[in-house]
Amino acid sequence: MSIKLANVFYTYMTGTPFERQALNDVSLTIAKGEILAIIGHTGSGKSTLVQHLNGLIKPLRGKVTINDIDIAGRGSEAKAARQQVGMVFQYPEHQIFAETVYDDIAFGPRNRGFSAEEVDKQVREAMSFVGLDFETFAERSPFQLSGGQMRRVAIAGVVAMNPDYLVLDEPSAGLDPRSRNAVFKEIMALHKERGIAIVLVTHSMEEAAKYAHRMIVINKGKILFDGKPADIFSNHKDELIAVGMDEPPIYKLSVTLRAKGLEIAAGITDVGELVKNIKKVKGWR
Amino acid sequence: MLSEITLGQYFPGNSFVHRLDPRTKILATLIYIVAIFLADSPLAYGLLIAFAALVIGVSRLPVGMVLKSLKPIWIIIIITMLIHMFTAPGENIIFAWKFFKVTEEGLILGTKMALRLVLLLLFSSVLTFTTSPIVLTDGIEKLLRPFKCIGVPAHELAMMMTIALRFIPTLLEETDRIMKAQTARGADFSSGNLLERAKNMLPLLVPLFVSAFRRAEELAIAMESRCYRGGEGRTRMHELAYKGIDHTAFAAVLVLVFSLVALRWGAGLCAL
Repeated sequence: MSIKLANVFYTYMTGTPFERQALNDVSLTIAKGEILAIIGHTGSGKSTLVQHLNGLIKPLRGKVTINDIDIAGRGSEAKAARQQVGMVFQYPEHQIFAETVYDDIAFGPRNRGFSAEEVDKQVREAMSFVGLDFETFAERSPFQLSGGQMRRVAIAGVVAMNPDYLVLDEPSAGLDPRSRNAVFKEIMALHKERGIAIVLVTHSMEEAAKYAHRMIVINKGKILFDGKPADIFSNHKDELIAVGMDEPPIYKLSVTLRAKGLEIAAGITDVGELVKNIKKVKGWR
Repeated sequence: MLSEITLGQYFPGNSFVHRLDPRTKILATLIYIVAIFLADSPLAYGLLIAFAALVIGVSRLPVGMVLKSLKPIWIIIIITMLIHMFTAPGENIIFAWKFFKVTEEGLILGTKMALRLVLLLLFSSVLTFTTSPIVLTDGIEKLLRPFKCIGVPAHELAMMMTIALRFIPTLLEETDRIMKAQTARGADFSSGNLLERAKNMLPLLVPLFVSAFRRAEELAIAMESRCYRGGEGRTRMHELAYKGIDHTAFAAVLVLVFSLVALRWGAGLCAL
């Protein structure tokens, strides 16, 4: 059970003076149930890459398969495979259109052909996952909600399709720190309870370090590194800086503290863990 | 998907034609279009074709690309030619079948008309290929300025055109994004009957309108906060100014027009 990209190439505007290569021989396997962060700076090809995962963009060369089914096909099998991948775009609140929150969230599941009861169940579950109270919000117009609430409605609209893989393109962009943490908490809860694989596109090293099991660094359409976030930070610091990325601040601080002689564990990327380590080393309570 | 569309067919470059003042190019195109209708002999048409070929050559545009601009209307060209061929009155019948007849006069007239259309289109496409839309509106504004005293809102027209042109790619990108997002949620924009399709467009159109209005409001606020208050007394960062190459271009167009006038009425003038 996995999504596989095999030697995928993609070029925008082929045959015009504006031609631009976005993906250059990308091969990648995304296993069911993992949390993968894809990072890279603007224009590195990360958004193009994730749009291949559910067939929104078809590779110019190469193949994308989900559970060994080629998703480029027109048949119902390929369509069903594509629908296993839920996609939350950047600023997903801009895709809201329905008159009520309920109808907007129900759009995806209805298109998947779920029965009315199944739709209702999925909508309720999705709303509770993103922390929107059903009684309060279901019948309200989504256009009267706050930015953070609209984003939750949009994410719920994808979650309600009950995907096996959930791709989120910068889900925290433009949110205040509290909503940002809340959105990630909800995503992690979803991962835990339903075992959905999460693909997180971000340019924040901090988010990647905090949430992902595995990290891919992409630059100029090529995969530069693939591995555990902490390993990549400690082994490839200079290359990361060279491609415009930087280690997360907490990691930097822990490295500095270690260099100054504080004997804390290597590769800490989380505030809580750092505090715990310092307390332990210093013998504080 | 939609992002692959090139709008406003501007083809960047740095040729003689690219560097001309936009007003020169607009005026020269207008003069050339008038000149097309001055031609009445094969030699005159030859001259027009040679001039168009010269301009395309100097602009260093790929010839195939310029010819491609004929594609959307080639059917109109063919129909024009056929109508003239079959309906023009004339004595010298070349071909007749039942009440259809093709006369020599008709054939010549049809060819002439088709040639005029082709030349008109090719020449004006060189204008849009070599001038970016923004520069083009600058030129139009400057050209319309003298008509302000009779109430032509030159600046406002140009500003509206600039804003519209500026936002076409943005809105296309937005459409593309929303389309993809809704496709990912299982929306279907391409099947069903007309009514179903119209209904299926709602998930695309509603967000698009919402975002267009939001952008319009943001832009209005941004313009007002930078003290924009219409064209009155407004100066420009880049003033358009005619340079040496513009004079050369005007001279070339005038030579063409005089030659055509001479070809058409030259014999009559000599007789006087």
